[in-house]
Amino acid sequence: MPMVETRIPEGYTKVFTRPEALSDAQYTYCPGCHHGVITRLVAEALDELGIRGRTVGIAPVGCAVFLYRFFNCDFVQAAHGRACAVATGLKRANPDLVVFSYQGDGDLGAIGTAETVHAANRGENITVIFINNQIYGMTGGEMAPTTLPGQRTVTSPGGRDTRLMGYPLKVSEMLAQLDGPCYITRQSVHDARHVGLTRKAIVQAFRNQLEGKGFSLVEVLAACPTNFKMSPEQGNTWVVEKAMKAFPLGDLKGA
Amino acid sequence: MSRVLMRGNEAIAEAAIRAGCQCYFCYPITPQGELVEYMARELPARGGAFLQAESETAAINMVYGASAAGVRTMTSSSSPGISLKLEGISYMAGARLPGVIVNIMRGGPGLGNIAPAQGDYFQATKGGGHGDYRLIVLAPSSVQEAAELVMLAFDLSDRYRTPAMLLADGMLGQMMEPVELPDPIDPATIPGRPWALTGAVDRAPNVVLSFDLDPQGLKEMNKGLQRTYQEITERELRWEEVDTEDADLLIVAYGSMGRIAKSVVRSAREEGIKAGLVRPITLWPFPYARIRELSERVSTVLTAELSAGQMWEDVRLAVGDRAATPFFGELGGVVPTPRDVLSEVKRYANG
Amino acid sequence: MNMEQGIVFAGFGGQGVLLAGKVLARAGMEHGLEVSWLPSYGPEMRGGTANCTVVLSDALIGAPNVDAPQALVAMNQPSLDRFEPQLVPGGVAILNASLIAREARRSDITVVPIPMNDIARELDAPRAINMVALGALLRALDTVPLEVAGDAIALEMEERGRAKLGEVNRLALQRGYEAASSVLQAGA
Ligand SMILES: Cc1ncc(C[n+]2csc(CCOP(=O)(O)OP(=O)(O)O)c2C)c(N)n1
Ligand code: SF4
Repeated sequence: MPMVETRIPEGYTKVFTRPEALSDAQYTYCPGCHHGVITRLVAEALDELGIRGRTVGIAPVGCAVFLYRFFNCDFVQAAHGRACAVATGLKRANPDLVVFSYQGDGDLGAIGTAETVHAANRGENITVIFINNQIYGMTGGEMAPTTLPGQRTVTSPGGRDTRLMGYPLKVSEMLAQLDGPCYITRQSVHDARHVGLTRKAIVQAFRNQLEGKGFSLVEVLAACPTNFKMSPEQGNTWVVEKAMKAFPLGDLKGA
Repeated sequence: MSRVLMRGNEAIAEAAIRAGCQCYFCYPITPQGELVEYMARELPARGGAFLQAESETAAINMVYGASAAGVRTMTSSSSPGISLKLEGISYMAGARLPGVIVNIMRGGPGLGNIAPAQGDYFQATKGGGHGDYRLIVLAPSSVQEAAELVMLAFDLSDRYRTPAMLLADGMLGQMMEPVELPDPIDPATIPGRPWALTGAVDRAPNVVLSFDLDPQGLKEMNKGLQRTYQEITERELRWEEVDTEDADLLIVAYGSMGRIAKSVVRSAREEGIKAGLVRPITLWPFPYARIRELSERVSTVLTAELSAGQMWEDVRLAVGDRAATPFFGELGGVVPTPRDVLSEVKRYANG
Repeated sequence: MNMEQGIVFAGFGGQGVLLAGKVLARAGMEHGLEVSWLPSYGPEMRGGTANCTVVLSDALIGAPNVDAPQALVAMNQPSLDRFEPQLVPGGVAILNASLIAREARRSDITVVPIPMNDIARELDAPRAINMVALGALLRALDTVPLEVAGDAIALEMEERGRAKLGEVNRLALQRGYEAASSVLQAGA
């Protein structure tokens, strides 16, 4: 889709544009989904650090599977859960590349737990963006490892019963115990202030990689309005009132 | 019994419960989501265990465990997920563990797409996992047959102590048809499992394993497997024939393509072409002998699949040079209409 | 020769085309026919369009996908654009005149324009447009009786825990049926 040329009236200055690291393609996310905000923040970070031309992104399997369309940089699409292993391969093959993966909670915290833990434990010099929306969005709203106790999904129709289905997996807390990672943080994008903080964290995570410091992971709490059957606004409230209770914000390791 | 309108995925789930499936393990994937959801809703309510695993690899190993404990157990997935289960399936075959695996195939290779396809025929029938093993593969072509075959899969799997697969595709999983659900089985009719791991009280300990470091020992174990496969081949072949008595052109097709081919045979006959259909129901074992026999009497054996020609290899093995063996296929999840296949049939009928 | 009819329902996601098809299939089954219902599924639906194909037959059904449907229910213009060319000559197109501005292009089919949104709004049940559409289709096809479809939608609503919506849906079927009657009679 071609970009629309906007004429700027005299006396006005343009203060908000599409990041250079984003392509002209339209997002395939549902309206009001936090994926859209987070995707943009990653692109802004690439712009700010001026690294678009040496960056390779890794698209997961999940609602972000089309990420390669949205970005204006090299991209590879990985098998479900294997993004951190693919990232390892890329980085080991060419340490000059800036490598990041962008993964959902099913991708990173269920099927890809082993790949994630071991990449972190090796201190791979990569950046991981982890979208924790407490559900499997793409496949139609099944329970995720991060689903909250009592939360109804199509595979926990009576609500997540912790005796049978366990507890929300605290991926970031787990990883923060390891010696490998240099930076593990949990952020949110439910309001403007937190969007700013998340942006800062993502920039930091890339900066760490540029400085060769090792594994950085930015977890971002999100809502899936479609499968939660909520309005985008209710989604924001969900993040504040529910998700943040189980997953408190803040730096868990490094800064 | 009354007929109910059901989706293929749901009918498979319901029939599995009626077959006495007590434990079901899964990882979500399209186009079999309704099967997972149905099990999540129904199985615990009816006394069974439902668990969403962290991956397909984990799910098939949970099946391995539940089967070793002696219960009827199942997992389901679609193509990319089945690839991850292959290791576990090979282990089940080696350890002589029964269990049912459902594959609602989608477009591949890789992530492919979620549209109906039949690209996993090789994977299902020619091993897939490592080692000298075979998988009983049943291919339904209607929702009714899917329900019946999943029950048969449990029976065969138990009888021969080997895993069995129900191989269908997104079209069958997603479509609705009237089904007359088979009655629930009487659990007392499930064959006993003296080998199961139930606690070594008043008996020597049981072990379930798939390895033997002594080559002679592993050879004997393999010979046992081969004897079982031989027996299955002799006793369990199943296929359907439509208008084969006087056919001059034979179509061989299975599953969704098999039912499209039925419409094709009907239209071809209306146009004066003597077409017939062989629809293999067991893909392994494969009805080589019957296809060979029929090929003596026809000029052409046309294989039709939603793939680049996988079952085609088995058809050509059966037919040899007794008849022409052309192929019609669609790729990438594109489903042909009867007219597409009919024009192919006409080419060979007039040619 | 046996009777076999293929019907395509198409529209925006949210217009209830999948349910309309399912109710037809269910009613057909109750009426003693063989039926199949084949939906479009997955992300195709995220894109905002949905369609399904229903086959009604007095013999076992082969292909559930059809080359040339006997009938099309088009709830919006893109659906008409896409499926009109596929209709069999002599087939019937039920159009949602509330949303479709253009005329049908084919002259070898029967066209039944029904202001579905307006009729549903009159009933104070804007979501029942799919039943208005189905009612019109039933009249044009004359294969499955209106009452049988009425029972099917009532049961469907009951199973979804919406039993009280059964009556208004039945009424919507009726209104669609009558609207098609007047169009067809005027044409005859
Ligand atoms: C091996 C394999 N199993 C299952 C799937 C199906 N699948 C696609 S996306 C997905 C889960 C996505 O959830 P999440 O990672 O939380 O991301 P979201 O969609 O919520 O952004 C699954 C299970 C697959 N593609 N491959
Ligand atoms: S399904 Fe949920 S996570 Fe996926 S794009 Fe839609 S709102 Fe976002």
